[in-house]
Amino acid sequence: MEQPPCWQCNKKYTGLFCAHCNALQCPVDDYYSVFGMERKLSLDVQALQAKFYELSRLLHPDRFTRRSPLERQYSLEASSLLNKGYRVLRNPVQRAEYVLKKEGFDIGEQGTKDVPPELLEEVFELNMALEELKMGDQQARGAVEEARQRFAAMRDEIDRELEQLFQQWDEKHERATLQQIRGLLNRRRYIHNLVTEVENVATLSN
Amino acid sequence: MSQLFQIDFSSAKRKRIVGIDLGTTNSLVAFMDLTGPKVIPGPDGERLVPSIVSLTPTGEFVVGHAARKLLIDQPERTVYSVKRLMGRGLEDVKEELTLFPFRIAPDSGNVIKLQLGERQLTPPEISAQVLLQLKRNAEAFLGEEVTQAVITVPAYFNDAQRQATKDAGRIAGLEVLRLVNEPTAASLAYGLDKRQNGVVAVYDFGGGTFDISILRLQDGIFEVLATNGDTHLGGDDIDNLLLRIALEDIAAEWGQDLSGHGEAVQRLRRAVITAKEELSYLPFTHIQFEWEGRSYRRELTRELFEKLIAGIVERTLEPCRQCIADSGVSVEQIDEVVLVGGSTRIPLVRRAVENLFKAKPHTELNPDEVVALGAAVQAGILAGEVENKLLLDVTPLSLGIETMGGVVSKLIHRNSTIPTSATELFTTAVDGQRNVLIHVVQGERELAKDCRSLARFELKDIEPMPAGAARIEVKFLIDANGILNVSARDQRTGKEQSVEVKPSYGLTEDQVEAMIVESIEKAEQDFKERQVREARLEADTILAATEKARASDAWLDLSEQERQQITEATNQLLLVYHSEDHHLIRQKIDELNQATLKLAETMLNSAVRAALKGTKLE
Ligand SMILES: [Zn+2]
Repeated sequence: MEQPPCWQCNKKYTGLFCAHCNALQCPVDDYYSVFGMERKLSLDVQALQAKFYELSRLLHPDRFTRRSPLERQYSLEASSLLNKGYRVLRNPVQRAEYVLKKEGFDIGEQGTKDVPPELLEEVFELNMALEELKMGDQQARGAVEEARQRFAAMRDEIDRELEQLFQQWDEKHERATLQQIRGLLNRRRYIHNLVTEVENVATLSN
Repeated sequence: MSQLFQIDFSSAKRKRIVGIDLGTTNSLVAFMDLTGPKVIPGPDGERLVPSIVSLTPTGEFVVGHAARKLLIDQPERTVYSVKRLMGRGLEDVKEELTLFPFRIAPDSGNVIKLQLGERQLTPPEISAQVLLQLKRNAEAFLGEEVTQAVITVPAYFNDAQRQATKDAGRIAGLEVLRLVNEPTAASLAYGLDKRQNGVVAVYDFGGGTFDISILRLQDGIFEVLATNGDTHLGGDDIDNLLLRIALEDIAAEWGQDLSGHGEAVQRLRRAVITAKEELSYLPFTHIQFEWEGRSYRRELTRELFEKLIAGIVERTLEPCRQCIADSGVSVEQIDEVVLVGGSTRIPLVRRAVENLFKAKPHTELNPDEVVALGAAVQAGILAGEVENKLLLDVTPLSLGIETMGGVVSKLIHRNSTIPTSATELFTTAVDGQRNVLIHVVQGERELAKDCRSLARFELKDIEPMPAGAARIEVKFLIDANGILNVSARDQRTGKEQSVEVKPSYGLTEDQVEAMIVESIEKAEQDFKERQVREARLEADTILAATEKARASDAWLDLSEQERQQITEATNQLLLVYHSEDHHLIRQKIDELNQATLKLAETMLNSAVRAALKGTKLE
């Protein structure tokens, strides 16, 4: 993507600051771009944090108190982008959802309420046990706990699969991989919600 | 000695930014000098300015210690703890009104107005008087005009409360460059980053508010991980509890209910506060109170006191637990705990914090001053004087918009690092619709009615078109002060869309503007008079010093021309001495200062030198 020339000195530059006059530029609305990183699904969270701190020092509005109103505005936008980007990119699920959206996938919340067919029976049993527990039947607790562990293990398994698919996409950039990731994310979201709900009921009925 | 005087009169140089802790009970102003942050004392030498404002019958404001006396003599003209009312509506404060002697004006709308004598004033206007006092103290101490400030607010303050604080600054003639959260400011003052990288919890229990913040420190970066609190929980609540007990006691003993008697209640309040403070270091004390020849005396042991306040202390612990959960760190990972706010002097509070965090809390810095010192450090950061530190704070409450059925659609989650933003697309529901109303709320609940209404934003003058065809992109941006800014753009034309803001609990732009004019005019007058007074004092000093120097041997060593120059400069200064123009007086002082340079240098007589030394101004 071609960047417009520097607003202050009208020279060509790349990055957030003009290489000639050091003026802060209007940031591009992209988390990877503000971090100066390639769009990759696997990333080192430690390195991301270090980069976040480094860029915060440069972009935070505190650094622009005595600069021009335009630069103050750019600093506000750039650091807001940086903060949101850090929040999203450090979380693998949110990161994947962000990349899917950037790559033109629709990642609506649809399908999260529908039970994946292969889980139908197990979910039905879990719901029965949950109802019993809610009614005060402490004997259902064992069954609920067992189900929670099973679903949590399923979620861990999905996370491992996702990790592999992340690497695969980073290497080959194939749309089919993203398609697979999207399917897995939907399934993960369903299971994750289930585990959270079970945990809530379990603590409430304690 | 190279100069008689070392005053930089060309000091239109960089303006100094001060740090202000605008507290419920006390307020302070601090600044950064070469060695670090320093609290600025008032002319009376006091570092704390009680946040008490009184309006005299002649229409002048009295602030601080002087107003404390008036709280008893003229309770109907005096107000305290006004911070509790900042950014709040009449509905919010009903409970408060039973405990505080606030006199609410009958026509209070979405901004409360207090009756002070014959005038009605909003909380920001009253807070502005406290700020004005601090501004004057700083100006007198620093010898220069102060117009820019960093002001601290409770971390858990919502948008309206923050905006009200900013308004107060503007009314007082201060450009508020940053609102900084009190617990975060405290962590800056502690300089914990110098000791180590790690996780720190700041427990801030002040006069009227409670905050807890958990931060990660790394190489000068102070990253707030989570914050929580209660903007209606503080030492005031403890005072009210004791006050209620004492009033009941007295009613039983004397058969007289004093609760409706302003002056008696204020005296009794002072008495219970004294007892509370004593119990921080004594095992028992007495509440002593005298009224119309009768006296009341009740023993209070620390044990009983702790039983009484256990519920209040417990109320601070739930926000702490929630904050730990939100921060994503475990209790074991928290390396240090810092105590801030006067109420943390209470031994029970310290024990509760120690138990919860399993760490011995830091108490090295004066809990009353640490927030102001931190504000000064933040001022230094903004001025570019402190380069290695940076604060990354969060928004304490989620931000959302009301959608169909009164349900909140969350746009920005609590504990998001600020600045942050969210963009939403809006359209019209009816053909030819020109306006769209957006109701923005703050809070964690699912229904808008259970959240805090923040403002209604009206998108105006939308081009008429079929329903659903308009594409208006609205950007909700929370800035580094934690204040919401809304802008809108027509997505098809790219043109800016006008937005009208109707704050739910705040002053409009115009209202604030009107209040500024009134107080600034007066403040400018005051400032000018003071400047003239100070310039004349300086003139007195240099004239006296020159007079003395004329009698010295050094005077004889000067050339005729040099002596004539000094005489000429002296006469010039005497000529403008009684003018009202302090710039002119200072200019002439400067000229005399220049003319006497050689004289000062050649004066070797040590006795004379000592005499002159005594006149050197800082
Ligand atoms: Zn440039």
